[in-house]
Amino acid sequence: MFNNVRLALKLGFYGGIIALFISVIGMVETFDQRNIINGVVSIGLGVLLINVLVIGYQTAARIGKGLVQPGENGKQTARARAIVIGNGSLAGAVVSSWLALLVLVESQINLRSVLINVSPELISLLTFGLETGAGALLLLFLGTLFGGLGAFTFSLPSRVRRPLVAGLMWLAFWGLLSGVIRTTLSEIGIPSVVAKLFVKIEGLTPLGAVIIFLLAIAINLGNQRWREPLIERITLLPPTRQRYFRFGTWALGIILLLALPWIVGRVTSDTLVLVGIYILMGFGLNIVVGKAGLLDLGYVAFFAVGAYSTAILTSADEISAIQISFWAALPIIVIITGIAGLLVGAPVLRMRGDYLAIVTLGFGEIARFIALSDWFKPWLGGAQGVINIPSVALGNFLIVGPQKLYYLILAFALFALFISRRLDKSRVGRAWEAMREDEDVAETMGVNTIYYKLLAFAMGAMIASLGGAVFAVKLSAIFPHSFNVEVSITALSLLIIGGIGSLPGVVVGAFALVGIPELLREFSEYRLLLYGAVLIIMMIVRPEGLVPSTRRARELHEDEAAQDDWLKSETERNIITPAEL
Amino acid sequence: MPLLETTQLTKDFGGLRAINSLGLHIDQGEIVSLIGPNGAGKTTFFNLITGLYPQNTGDIIFDGHNLKGMPPSSITKLGIARTFQTVRLFNNMTVLENVMVAQHSRTKSGVFGAILQTASFREEEEMIREKAKEVLSFFGSKLTGYRFDQPASMLSYANRRRLEIARAMATEAKLLLLDEPTAGMNPRETQDLAELIGKMRDEKGFTILFIEHDMRVVKGVSERVIVLDYGQLIAEGNYEHISQNDRVLEAYLGKKAENA
Repeated sequence: MFNNVRLALKLGFYGGIIALFISVIGMVETFDQRNIINGVVSIGLGVLLINVLVIGYQTAARIGKGLVQPGENGKQTARARAIVIGNGSLAGAVVSSWLALLVLVESQINLRSVLINVSPELISLLTFGLETGAGALLLLFLGTLFGGLGAFTFSLPSRVRRPLVAGLMWLAFWGLLSGVIRTTLSEIGIPSVVAKLFVKIEGLTPLGAVIIFLLAIAINLGNQRWREPLIERITLLPPTRQRYFRFGTWALGIILLLALPWIVGRVTSDTLVLVGIYILMGFGLNIVVGKAGLLDLGYVAFFAVGAYSTAILTSADEISAIQISFWAALPIIVIITGIAGLLVGAPVLRMRGDYLAIVTLGFGEIARFIALSDWFKPWLGGAQGVINIPSVALGNFLIVGPQKLYYLILAFALFALFISRRLDKSRVGRAWEAMREDEDVAETMGVNTIYYKLLAFAMGAMIASLGGAVFAVKLSAIFPHSFNVEVSITALSLLIIGGIGSLPGVVVGAFALVGIPELLREFSEYRLLLYGAVLIIMMIVRPEGLVPSTRRARELHEDEAAQDDWLKSETERNIITPAEL
Repeated sequence: MPLLETTQLTKDFGGLRAINSLGLHIDQGEIVSLIGPNGAGKTTFFNLITGLYPQNTGDIIFDGHNLKGMPPSSITKLGIARTFQTVRLFNNMTVLENVMVAQHSRTKSGVFGAILQTASFREEEEMIREKAKEVLSFFGSKLTGYRFDQPASMLSYANRRRLEIARAMATEAKLLLLDEPTAGMNPRETQDLAELIGKMRDEKGFTILFIEHDMRVVKGVSERVIVLDYGQLIAEGNYEHISQNDRVLEAYLGKKAENA
């Protein structure tokens, strides 16, 4: 009993700090411009709301775990539910009490001289336009209510809870990305009068929100009910018919991939290209970090070399003496960057772990400073960069604009994926893995670690150069400041968040870290803050990443390997997986 | 001509002379055990031969090649493989993969073969897999069947030791260096392994040098015993011979009071 209350207070305390923090740094107010659901909840308030719901849910999840044993009677279940919901409400109340405190303090002292984002707008937002006292009370009441609701959600049987949670997550997700829905609707030819019923420029309409919510529930329920039987029925079919199914799924996937830029429209396609570049970099870095275990923090250097060699070889600018077509330049670009990979790799061969990370970080910065320097200005353009990079031509067809560029990056990414997959299960892949596990032992088992380190650096660099090439063509001009350490950090972060060593993880990570912030312009100011927060949360909750490779998951949960299935199902229940999105 | 021969081999760690002008030889097809008290330099000797440490002076001649300055991977390719005192497997790789890695120096497919999935690549991959299974089956059913695809970290302690030996065997070495192969095993497992060491020589033709503390194993398996103390060779010969040797007794038990 006492423990439960203490847990609720503790989680509420943490949640409150988060709520207070995002309020005083101005996030709530910035995000108030757009709505998750028009006239109901703005993104700013939505963030606070989600915070309270999650805290309530988590409190319930931690308390509720051992509370109800299967086979107990209804009375005890009801009691357990009451405990869970009570504590959830308590946690919610604690969260909102922080905000209430902020409101009260602000009414007495002018906080704005220190915390410039604590504006009257923020306060009126938090008090729903009421007087200080009444507003604070309402805030407390709502916190309690939604904390309790979060806990109540947990206490529902899983066949109800899962669809409900999925529905809420979909709603939050598409509410944030309502812009994408809007452009998509207009791209596929829905007249704007009709589209406006579902989504407006400020956000989803209540009708649109209900539709998304119901759709998510329907999909989740359908998945629960028909997925297993369907798979079973397909496996019972004769092999030829099975092949049709497999072929059908593949064809559907490919058609979807090819049609994507025309469905989502020009603006979103631009984001897709950027995400594609990062996916490509993720695949490359995955070879270096994920496979060979060489922590490279200066990956941007190879991206830069790829972009600069593309620019110099193809640009019509007076800086570059040569001007050849993109396709003629491509092999040269790849080879140049591969050599750059060897050059970076060679001096750091004897370094391990942290030392390697620091040195590569230095190399990344060196690359930028070389590009920026006056010394190399006649060749690299200095701070002015290189301009006039022409579009890629395919015969008479000019690949121009994000929707067509998408195919170029798609082709490159698929190529990199193909290479990574093929290398995975090969002598080379095994040598890398052995080296990552134990360098000395790999060496004594006959793996020439020097060769394989250089190979990993070179392969990673060559893949990054493709990304750099597309980047140069996309912008048609490149400047040194595009190649700062943030690119390396992003590439590494997306790898970690997706799950190191996992190829699907790279795709998920790139969409989460590059795609979503790009689509949500309001995010940009808080981008690095959110990166940090997401990384910390991931490392605590799910260190193996969103889509972990089996090997990596094994490594991080070695001591749990022997534990029984019950616990396993229990953890699955409490961690919300991306599948529920 | 001996398979392995060292002359005047010396290794210093700062002021400590771990190996002191050591000269010994191992002949083709022998089973030799290397014994000595803790800190005598046995493992250091293994690390020198396999190239993990560079020697200060002296030569190591293996199969007609001087190993001085060679990286460990080249030495493995020449035909020396080892196990480690503390088991060092590739823990997150499967049992089969552990053994497949060890065939690295006997195979040659590279990046292009893997990407293009050439016929020779697939053939070689199949060969590596078959060979790995064959080596693992040397240990009876302990490492075969469903264990092929288990991660190495899930194996029992004794099986990990066995897998490490299997991995060394898969390098197709001529000389196997086993560093305390029976450490931590129960008497039954120790007995089994001692028999296997004999079989490895008789059936597979390996020459074996192993460090051992269990004198029953030393007595039962080895044809020749080499005793080290303070990095120097203090005695060699068959077990009966060295077990009577005064210097050996002294090294293990200390000097007699009247001599001190």
